[in-house]
Amino acid sequence: MDEASFTLHVNGKTHQVQADPATPLLYVLRNQLGLNGPKFGCGMQQCGACMVLVDGFAHPSCQLQVHRVGAAPITTLEGLTCPDGSLHPVQQALVELQAAQCGYCLNGVAMCAAGLLRQYARPDEQTIRNALFRVLCRCGTHERYIRAVQRAAELGASG
Amino acid sequence: MPSRRAFLQDTGRLTIAFCLLGALPAAAEALAADDPRPGSLQDNPRLNAWLEVLADGRVRVLTGKIEIGQGIGTAVAQMAAEELNLPLSRVEVVLAETGRTPDERYTAGSASIEQSALSVRWAAAAARQQLLQLAAKRLRVPAATLQLADGAVRTTDGRQRLTFAELLQGRQLTGEVPADTVLKPQNQHQVVGQPLRREEIERMVRAAPVYVQDMRLPGTVHARVLHPPAPGARLRGVDEAALHQAVPSLLRVVVDGSFVGLLAADEWTAIKAHDWLKPRLQWTPGPALPAGKPLPQVIRALPAKVDEVARRGDVGSAPAAGEKTFRATYFKPYLMHAAIGPSCAVALFEKGQLHIWTHSQGVYPLRAAVAKLLGLPEDQVHAKGVPGAGCYGHNGADDVAAEAALLARAYPGRPVRLQWTREDEHLHEPYGSAMLFDLQARLDARGRLTHWHMELWSDTHSARPAGQPDKLLPAQLLAKPFEYKRAELSGGTSRNSEPLYQIPNLLVNAHSFAGPLRVSALRSLGAFGNVFALESGMDELAQLAGQDPYDFRLAHLTDARARAVIEEVRRLTQGVQLGPNEGLGVAFAQYKNQAAYLAVVARVWVSPEDHTPWVRQLWAAIDAGEVINPDGLRNQTEGGLIQAASWTVLEQVQFDEQQVRSHDWESYPIYRFDEVPRVEVSIVSRPDQPPLGAGEAAQGPTAAAIANAVHRACGVRVRELPIRPWKLAPSPKES
Repeated sequence: MDEASFTLHVNGKTHQVQADPATPLLYVLRNQLGLNGPKFGCGMQQCGACMVLVDGFAHPSCQLQVHRVGAAPITTLEGLTCPDGSLHPVQQALVELQAAQCGYCLNGVAMCAAGLLRQYARPDEQTIRNALFRVLCRCGTHERYIRAVQRAAELGASG
Repeated sequence: MPSRRAFLQDTGRLTIAFCLLGALPAAAEALAADDPRPGSLQDNPRLNAWLEVLADGRVRVLTGKIEIGQGIGTAVAQMAAEELNLPLSRVEVVLAETGRTPDERYTAGSASIEQSALSVRWAAAAARQQLLQLAAKRLRVPAATLQLADGAVRTTDGRQRLTFAELLQGRQLTGEVPADTVLKPQNQHQVVGQPLRREEIERMVRAAPVYVQDMRLPGTVHARVLHPPAPGARLRGVDEAALHQAVPSLLRVVVDGSFVGLLAADEWTAIKAHDWLKPRLQWTPGPALPAGKPLPQVIRALPAKVDEVARRGDVGSAPAAGEKTFRATYFKPYLMHAAIGPSCAVALFEKGQLHIWTHSQGVYPLRAAVAKLLGLPEDQVHAKGVPGAGCYGHNGADDVAAEAALLARAYPGRPVRLQWTREDEHLHEPYGSAMLFDLQARLDARGRLTHWHMELWSDTHSARPAGQPDKLLPAQLLAKPFEYKRAELSGGTSRNSEPLYQIPNLLVNAHSFAGPLRVSALRSLGAFGNVFALESGMDELAQLAGQDPYDFRLAHLTDARARAVIEEVRRLTQGVQLGPNEGLGVAFAQYKNQAAYLAVVARVWVSPEDHTPWVRQLWAAIDAGEVINPDGLRNQTEGGLIQAASWTVLEQVQFDEQQVRSHDWESYPIYRFDEVPRVEVSIVSRPDQPPLGAGEAAQGPTAAAIANAVHRACGVRVRELPIRPWKLAPSPKES
C-alpha cells in the first residue's frame, strides 16, 4: 500500500511520519523514531515484549497498525523517565530490586506495571500477576518483577 | 548507540593491541596439574590480555565471555576493583570480541566465574604487584611501604602518590601472570562478596541500546530469511519476478540452494516480502518424522552407541533374602531454549573484511566457523559479542549470525540486520534432547541402597559450531552444502548421571542415538533429565525402604557440603503447613558432580477438579563456594528454579510426521505470571572455598522436587515429563 502521513503523539511530543498505513506501530517507534523500549518478540501479541501505553493503557504494539493509532497518546519505556532524567517509580524499583536478568522482557513488565499503577495505586499480588499476564519472561525473573511492582507502588505513594 | 564509524574504530583497535590469533587454547586435560592458575589464564597467560590501564586512570578488563543475563560483567569488574583497590565505577569491562579479548571459547557450562572472573582476579593481582614495584623504583622506597588506593600508589604515610597513569606513562603492563601471584587475602575483601548492582539494569530501564537488536548502523538494510519447514526439506524454486512485483521496494532476493534471504531498506518491507513469499514457496519434503508412536518407544528402537559412564562393584549379583528390587523408567521430552527475543545479528562486508555483531556464546568459534562457511581467511572475519535476549544455551544465535554473514557478502558495503521471526526461533533452534532412563536399584534388608543400574538414552547435548561450519543451520541449505558431522557422545549426556550417593554396586550406561530433531546444548545439558530420573528414583526408593526422603538421602551421603544444603532446605520448610491436596518434595544434586551443591523443596497443590499441578513455592539452598556477588547468585538461582518448573510442568516440543508443530507461544506454552511459584533462595556461604559454577545448578533438582511433591499431593507418580493434568487423573484401577 502507498505510504501516507501520520501525526503521532509519542512521549509528549508530536511526530510526523510517512509510513504504509498497515505498518505495526512497533516498527514506526523503533525504526523511524529510534526508540529502544518496545522490543520485537513474536509479532503475534503473545509475549508482551513490544508493550506500550496507548492512552494510558498497556497494549502490544506489534499488531497495532499505525493508521489505527489516531490521536491517542503513546508512551514508551523512554517516556516513563522524567524530562529531568529522574526515573518513574517502576523504573526505580526495577533498579533497586535488580529485577532483570537478560532484561529483554523488562519493557513489557515496566509498561504493564506503569499502566496498572495508574489505575490501582496499591495493587495486591494477584492483581499484579494478572496485570503482567501478557508478558512472557524466560529467565525466571517473575518473583523479582512482582516485588518490584509492589515496591513501585510504595515509591509512588510516598513520591 | 555509537556511530558506525565509532564501531569500526573500536574494532580497529585490535591492530594496536596484541595478537591472539596464533594462540590455541590448551585442552583442559593438557593443563599443568600443579599450575594453580585458572584454565582460561593458562590459555591466555599475558597480563595485558586481561587488563589495561587507561590514560584517565581507569582500568579496563577484558573477558572472553558474553553477558547473557547472568551478570558476568559485574562479577569480573568486582574482581579487578578488589585486587586494585579501585571503586567499581572506575573499572570498564570489555566483553567477548575476536582479536581484542582473550579466546575463552564458549560462555557455557556455568564456567564464567570459575574461569573468566578468576583469571581477571589473577591478572589484577599481578598488575598490583607490578604497579607496586614500579612505584617503589620511581619513589626509591621499599614496595612494602606502598599501598594502592583510588587508582594510585601511595606511601603509607600518604606523602607521596603516583597515579597508575603517571606510573605507566602511556605504556601497558606486560609479561605473563605468574603462577606465584599473591592474591588479596579473602578476609580483606571489600568489593568481592558484596551484592553490588549490575550497571546495565539502569541502562535497561532507561531503554538505552543494550541489545544487538537495538543496533542502528547508518545505511542498515533489514533482512528476513525463509527456512525449510522441516529438516531435510529442499527448495524447489522461487518466483523472484512475482515477489518483486508484489513488493516492488524489495532490494534483493538471495537464493543459494535452499537458503533464501530477503533484503529491504526498511524492516516492514522485508516483513511484507517474507509474509508474501512464505506460503508460496514450494519445498520437497524431508524424511517423515516418527510421530505415530510414543516418543520413548521411538527412542528405545533407534540404533545407539553404548558407552559405560561409571562402574563399580557388581550390579549383576543375585538378590539375597530380604532385599528389595526397584525398577522404573523415566522420560524427558525435547525442550526449547525459547528465548523471548528471536535471534538477531548484524553483519557488514566491506573492503574484504567481514564484521559480525552477535549474541553468540562464542565469538572465536563462530569466527572460525563463519570463515570456513564463506571461504574467507579467519583474519578477515571479526566477531563482536553484543547482548541479545537470554539464550540458556545454544539457540539460534550462531545460525542467524552465519545467515547475516551470507547476506552481507551478497550485499557488500551496507550493514545487514537479520532478525529471525518467532517461528524461525521456535522451529529451527536446536532443542535439548529427549532422554529415556531405565533404573534398576536394590535395597538391603536395612533399607540401604546396595545396587544402582541406570541405562540412559540421549541424543547429543553438544552440537555447537566449535569452529566448524557444518553445524551452522545455513551450511546444510547451501547449493554446496557442508555435510553435518555428528558429535560423538559428549560429556553433556552423562552429566550428573552418576549418583553422588554411596552405593557399592553401580553401573551407568549411556546409549547415544541420532534422533529426529535438531539438538544441542540447553541449560544443564543432560543433567536436567539425569537428575530428574535419579532424584525421582531416590524418592521412590525411600518410600520402598519406609524412610523419610531427607533421612534416606543423608544416609547415603558422606560429602558434608551436600548434606548441608539438604539440611538447610529441610530447615527452611520445617514450619510449612500444608493444605488439602498439597505436598512437599525434595531433591538434590551437585551440578556436574563438581560445581555448586543445590537442594530444592517444592510445594505443589494438585487441583482436585482438573488435576492441574500448581507449583506454589520453591525453596532452594545453594553452596557455590566463595560467592563473588550474592545477589547475582540469588538472581540466577531464582531464575533457574522458575525456568525448570516451567520445563517440568508445561513444556514439550510437539511434532507430527511433516514438521515440528510448536511454532509459537500458544503451541509451546511457558509459565506466565499467574502460574509461577514464589521462590526463596538460601546461600550456604563458603568464603574459604573456591567459587563453583552455579547458573545451571537448579535445573535438575527442581524437576524431581516437583514430581516428588506431586506424588505426595495426589498419590500419582509421574515418570514422564511434562507433568500434565491428564497424567494426574486417578486411573480407573486405583479408584
